[in-house]
Amino acid sequence: MDPIAGLQLGFSHALTATNLGWALLGCFLGTAVGVLPGIGPALTIALLLPVTFQVEATGAFILFCGIFYGAMYGGSTTSILLNTPGESGSIITALEGAKMARSGRAGPALATAAIGSFIAGTIGTLGISFLGPIVVELALKLGPAEYFSLMLLCFVTVSAVLGGSALRGLTSLFLGLLLGLIGIDLQTGQPRMTLGVPELLDGVNVVLVAVALFAVGETLFLAWRHVEGSRQVRAVGRIMMSRADWRRSLGPWFRGSLLGFPFGVMPAGGTEMPTMLSYYTERKLAPPEAQQEFGTTGAIEGVAGPEAANNAAAAGVLVPMLTLGLPTSATAAIMLSAFQSYGINPGPLLFEQQGALVWTLIASLYVANVMLVVLNLPLVGLWARILKIPQPQLYAGILVFATIGTYGISNSVTDLVLLYGIGVIGMFMRRFDFPTAPVVIGMILGPMAEQAMRQALTISQGDWTTFVTRPVSLAILLLAVAALAVPRIYGAWMRRPVPGPG
Amino acid sequence: MPDRRALLTGTAGLLAAGLTQARAQTAAQPRLGSLYMFIPAGPGGGWDGLGRAIEQVARQAGLVANFQFENVGGAGGTVGLPRFVSQRRGRPDALMVAGSIMVGATLTNRTPVGIKDVTPIARLTEEAGVVVVPASSDIRDLKGLLDALRANPGAVAVAGGSAGGTDHITLGLILKSLGRSAKEGSYVAFAGGGPAQAAILGAQVKAGISGLSEFAEQIKAGRMRALATTGETRTDPAIPTLKESGVDVVMTNWRGVFAPPGIRPDAREKLVALMIELHALPAWQEMLKTRDWQDAFLTGDAFTAFLAQDQVKTEAVLKEIGLA
Repeated sequence: MDPIAGLQLGFSHALTATNLGWALLGCFLGTAVGVLPGIGPALTIALLLPVTFQVEATGAFILFCGIFYGAMYGGSTTSILLNTPGESGSIITALEGAKMARSGRAGPALATAAIGSFIAGTIGTLGISFLGPIVVELALKLGPAEYFSLMLLCFVTVSAVLGGSALRGLTSLFLGLLLGLIGIDLQTGQPRMTLGVPELLDGVNVVLVAVALFAVGETLFLAWRHVEGSRQVRAVGRIMMSRADWRRSLGPWFRGSLLGFPFGVMPAGGTEMPTMLSYYTERKLAPPEAQQEFGTTGAIEGVAGPEAANNAAAAGVLVPMLTLGLPTSATAAIMLSAFQSYGINPGPLLFEQQGALVWTLIASLYVANVMLVVLNLPLVGLWARILKIPQPQLYAGILVFATIGTYGISNSVTDLVLLYGIGVIGMFMRRFDFPTAPVVIGMILGPMAEQAMRQALTISQGDWTTFVTRPVSLAILLLAVAALAVPRIYGAWMRRPVPGPG
Repeated sequence: MPDRRALLTGTAGLLAAGLTQARAQTAAQPRLGSLYMFIPAGPGGGWDGLGRAIEQVARQAGLVANFQFENVGGAGGTVGLPRFVSQRRGRPDALMVAGSIMVGATLTNRTPVGIKDVTPIARLTEEAGVVVVPASSDIRDLKGLLDALRANPGAVAVAGGSAGGTDHITLGLILKSLGRSAKEGSYVAFAGGGPAQAAILGAQVKAGISGLSEFAEQIKAGRMRALATTGETRTDPAIPTLKESGVDVVMTNWRGVFAPPGIRPDAREKLVALMIELHALPAWQEMLKTRDWQDAFLTGDAFTAFLAQDQVKTEAVLKEIGLA
């Protein structure tokens, strides 16, 4: 079935009253779980698996996809308003988003995230419809060596978030790498730095660390510095995006989408790497006056780009699932088990054998996307009003919210000890001006890069040249070198002593 | 303590529960009022699937009136296991789903609490593994792969699940049967089935080992070539077993249920009887068929003996690889 005929069939099924109802329910649930840290789409869909006993397959999958897309929309909300990312893909959004909210631009930040999510979701869904099978075949050509090179590229671009002092930034990055080492090593099955605590065998959850450093650390810092005396209320500012906001968001939305989708399709890509690369790109491409806002009052480019990248990557994750039956994320794995409880075995033949179901599902993604933007844009004003809560109460609320969310990740008291332990570290880091973002980035990239490197070296029998003899890997490495060197050379060139006249 | 997750499960299951409860009432007095089911893995996986299948069948047949679930995932079940052992000690109404993965994981993690600390009740299902090569590979059959492994095991990168797991042990056993050391193998561990399958489909590795159900669709679509399955007998009539191809290796991923430590003998008997009754139900046989699970029913002392043997075999291979 060609894509156009498929979509026609799909929309004819997706636009029935029942299926629209399922999509709406999914979007609502998804937005809600996206807002709550700890409860992600994977857990929600797993908890809803029993509906597969009662509801026909099409309805159930429309519901699940609505939840999946909705969670991506909702994830940015708490990142921006409370500096409390709900899932790892929206950690980067918190960097500029929370700063914008603090300087009274919560409305535009939320709006650019919602519209960016819509654009990225639509581009991603178009990608699923028309490019899916082609892109996935290309993605299969990437092996561990290429993934390692990609992660090196991300490490290089991380310098953009290191902050003013390279020494402080690198210290933070290494703290993150250290935290990432905790747990069972995938290649040998041996526990590392778990101190005999069984809860640490599975490693430290990165969302927990982000919440601890960004939200708990900040709150403890403010309590410590006795700012509660001034019962000040943050300015909420204007809700809608100004003409300038639109102009500045447009490029990042599209660049982020184009960056995110292929990463989502890659079997070991994920949503985190493209958000980092997008952040770096936007920071480098921003005009000088916007550059000033990065890291200070919050630049809208730094929200629009990564948020679009996150959503496009999330759409991309569905491609290997639908075309090859490969579960490349926790959510996709659970959706696959839902397919199985209907007696459908997802695999390379899914499009042929279950054409109607798959195309209905894809059509419902377009529908869900429209519903979500319609649902979320009016909510922007409502959400932004949260900031009208006086600061002491607001921060107390953030603590409660972070604590409940963290307990929800694994129902474990150990996690709460970690949350507050790392929160105290975050408080001191804030006090002594160490940036906290590199910790989280080191924690995400470190373990991924380590495993990819060791997988690549096992395959090459310990031959390190594998990273430069594989052409794609070499190309990515050259890009990393360029990202490292070009800005410095360019800077030196601009500052070169110009011989004066005469 | 009712937490939010349990609450959510409750609401989600409401639809399903409404129907099953109605049927349960028509049956005779249930054997057990309520049963606490502990899953040492996240929702949606193999252990979770088995636990919820037991719930579905047992409740419909009126064997157990009420189920309560708790999932504590991570590290091959070794995060959840200590919690089950300490919190449920001596309780007659609790079961934990576990299997061969946990045997290997407790050995490699060197956790103080092991599968020996729980009370074996019944083995329910097993799944044979399958050895595959990418469709583009020039290795045509098992003999080709064995020759390559015999010549230089290091040059044959094999992808599979986490290190020390069933797939890794299978490779170790194959190498041992070829007269090589298990340590010489070049095993590439991947987190989760997706990335491992991608590495095989993209021919990043020479071969792959995993559960048959994970690779079945790729084999059917002709994107992977199945060389052998690892069960005692053929699971798929078209694929030979390792044993009949002259490699004396049998390795399956089994799953079963365990009671907490320190329960009274009559409580253990009651749980064993419950499982025997469940296994005899037509609905259970139906469930095995729809889920494509191999029946591997074994209870009581026979299961305990099997477990001890499995433990010894696993430990020997892991020691040789250097992981235990």
